[in-house]
Amino acid sequence: MGVIFFLILFSISVALIFLVAFFWAVRSGQFDDQYTPSVRILFDDKSSSPNNKTQTSKRDS
Amino acid sequence: MKEDLIIKHTSCSHCGEPVESSSHSESFPIFCCQGCKTVYHLLKENNLCTYYDLDDSPGITIKNGLERKRFDYLIDKDVQNKLIDFKDSEIASSTFYIPNIHCTSCVWLLENLQKLDEGIVQGTVNFLKKRLSIIFDTSKTDLRNIVELLTTIGYEPNLKLVQLEEKEHQPIPRGLWLKLGVAGFCFGNIMLFSFPEYLNMSVSDSLDSFKIFFGALNIILATPVLIYSSSDYIKSAWAAISQKGINLDVPITIGIFALFGRSLYEILSGTGIGYFDSFAGFIFFLLIGKIVQKKTFDGLSFDRDYKSYLPISVLKLIDGKEQSVSVKTLEIGDEIVLRNNELVPCDSILQSDGALVDYSFITGESDPVTKLENDLIYAGGRIIGSQCRLLVTKKVAHSYLTQLWENDVLKSDESKDNRSLADRISPFFTSIVIGIAILSCLFWLYIDPSKAFTIFTAVLIVACPCALALSAPFTFGSATNILSLNGLFLKTVDGIQKLGSIDTIVFDKTGTITDSRKANITFHGYSLSKFEKELIIASTKSSTHPYSQKIYSYLNHTDVDLQELDFIEEINGKGIHAISGDSTIYVGSKNFIEESTGLDLGNNRSYQTSVHIAIDENYKGFFEFKNQLRNGLKELLNKLQSNYETHLLSGDNEKDAVQLSASFKGDENMHFNHSPQQKLTFIHDLSATNKILMIGDGLNDAGALKKSHFGISISDRTSSFSPACDAILDGDELKNLDNLIGFAKASNNIVNVSFGISLLYNITGLAFAVTGHLSPLVAAILMPLSSISIMFFTTVATRIKAKNKRLKIWV
Repeated sequence: MGVIFFLILFSISVALIFLVAFFWAVRSGQFDDQYTPSVRILFDDKSSSPNNKTQTSKRDS
Repeated sequence: MKEDLIIKHTSCSHCGEPVESSSHSESFPIFCCQGCKTVYHLLKENNLCTYYDLDDSPGITIKNGLERKRFDYLIDKDVQNKLIDFKDSEIASSTFYIPNIHCTSCVWLLENLQKLDEGIVQGTVNFLKKRLSIIFDTSKTDLRNIVELLTTIGYEPNLKLVQLEEKEHQPIPRGLWLKLGVAGFCFGNIMLFSFPEYLNMSVSDSLDSFKIFFGALNIILATPVLIYSSSDYIKSAWAAISQKGINLDVPITIGIFALFGRSLYEILSGTGIGYFDSFAGFIFFLLIGKIVQKKTFDGLSFDRDYKSYLPISVLKLIDGKEQSVSVKTLEIGDEIVLRNNELVPCDSILQSDGALVDYSFITGESDPVTKLENDLIYAGGRIIGSQCRLLVTKKVAHSYLTQLWENDVLKSDESKDNRSLADRISPFFTSIVIGIAILSCLFWLYIDPSKAFTIFTAVLIVACPCALALSAPFTFGSATNILSLNGLFLKTVDGIQKLGSIDTIVFDKTGTITDSRKANITFHGYSLSKFEKELIIASTKSSTHPYSQKIYSYLNHTDVDLQELDFIEEINGKGIHAISGDSTIYVGSKNFIEESTGLDLGNNRSYQTSVHIAIDENYKGFFEFKNQLRNGLKELLNKLQSNYETHLLSGDNEKDAVQLSASFKGDENMHFNHSPQQKLTFIHDLSATNKILMIGDGLNDAGALKKSHFGISISDRTSSFSPACDAILDGDELKNLDNLIGFAKASNNIVNVSFGISLLYNITGLAFAVTGHLSPLVAAILMPLSSISIMFFTTVATRIKAKNKRLKIWV
């Protein structure tokens, strides 16, 4: 029956990983705005976004 | 774009406003004004027409308020530093509050700003908070360019004095989410470990080691819930007790400690497995309620300060040159220049010959006031007509407008009973619970002393007002959402409670029940020939006086030809004198006509605003301006009369008394010529016996709004300033007021009913507890059941009520 102790501890640590992932998600701001991204994903990127990226990367460099 | 579809519309392609003249409709696209056209072409040139595909006519009409704003002050380093969140050598970021964000297209356009301005790196919109964060390249563009660009396309950011003074640099509060996450995580795991106990699986001796193991795990998991997740409740309860008060968090905290302590004792003593699952679940549901509350609250943010009314900058004369400076820097003796439609930032003396000042916001008078040279002009007035020079006599912070705000009544009147129902009943609730706990403890001490402690804690545990604490946030959260969908924006969530309890309604007149933008014009006198009309049109055309403009648009039809004028002179505050060929025309006040032509006009009705006309020394008659009631207002007032006591309280004169007397049960309920202070006193006296809903719009109502039980300020543009109040109502929705109040009342009933339901749960639980049958299993079923059923009931019930009141609801 000792395997149950091991399994439980293992499952808790897996669950902890997800809790940490949740912490990361909250801290990185993913829960700050829960509406706009749902709108944003529906926009068509008419070749605009690759263009953007090159511009941004140019500026960064 | 779908051209064939849009051609049939008679509305502006940009903003959707109806287009009046049909002559443009042959060519696509059509626009209501030049401003809309400019924006359209700007977007078209930059391949941004997707804007028009996402929503129907998403644009913001540029028709009104097309003043060229000057943003020179944004060059100022101090101002910049306050507006910029972050800056390094190349890149800076700034966040703007843009009230005009209203649809998907807005999000799209604002996030594609880089196509309009090379220097913008990225724009990110937070739709619900109506905020736009912009990252821009400081070498290619600057703050001023960006703000000007935003203003040109109709998204003017709300830059106000208050923002410049205190920079809100609070980190975004994310703790609640983390607390919820921890509580949810522990709740789930503890429930799994408690499951064997529910099914009586741990009875056999061979599984005893599991019992210890699970018990230890539960203690470890429950500790962060106590220390971290429930810390807000414990702190709040502690704060209440140290101030010798009791709020709803006190019984919650008692329950928290009873649950935790009892469970800890049971596990350590080996007498049971404890109630840790109920404990974690309880905190989890409470936090969900809190998040709902916070989300509702986020939607309610609006300005309520004189500082957000005043402009940031003003043109100051320095060595004869105009320079844009921040109003805060104005000193006594400075000379400033104000143009048409600009606000007077501080009390000053007029230096120009004459000026027309619109005080409607400050005093409630609907007609502009004429000021002459050396007259004192109070801050908050709006200059109408030609530009004028002013000499500053008081600093902004000491001006009349500011004094109105600093009025003691506005400040010290926080004591009116605005505690929520939950907070009011919690002292009784807490004492009853503790009473029952002690009584049953004493009773069991007599019968069976070994059970007394168990019963005592069981009562405290089960009486924990979890469902009670959820009733109000869920009902009011859902009700607030529905109300804002219908144009009523509350300042606090508790507002619904107050709104639902009113029995008297007091209306301000100017701007509230009359629509100041629309006036009924009628002409009295000899009928005018076509030529005479054209003369009047020509002479009023170039004037900025509001009445001239109204006459102009009243007479101006497509078939008139403009008469050439040989001479035109406008005397500020008096009238216009113009000559065309052989004809001389005078348009203006009675005195002006009498003085210039020597005619005696006799006595006209003195109260109504009128503009008189004389052509070639002959008196032709006068235009009369009647304030027009808002749409559907008569019906509203009639409906309200049967259920509420209604009053009219106006700073204006009695000119509209006749028009309104039918709607206000005769004259004794109509009060005219009231100064802001008198309004305040009136409300104060009336509030001794009545619960008053005050509806006003201007700063002159600020005291009355604040003093009343519930103050609603009317706003025709949600972006404009509103005085201290409990809620802002969209002017077009005023006609719905009876339904909105009815819905608020219904919401209060829903809260009461759900309070009843949760008390029933508590009583059921108490019955278990007092008789000594509260097993962990019963607690684990009862607590989530009560919470979830309350959430379900309140949400469904508010939606049904809203539907009954014919309010818009979310699908």
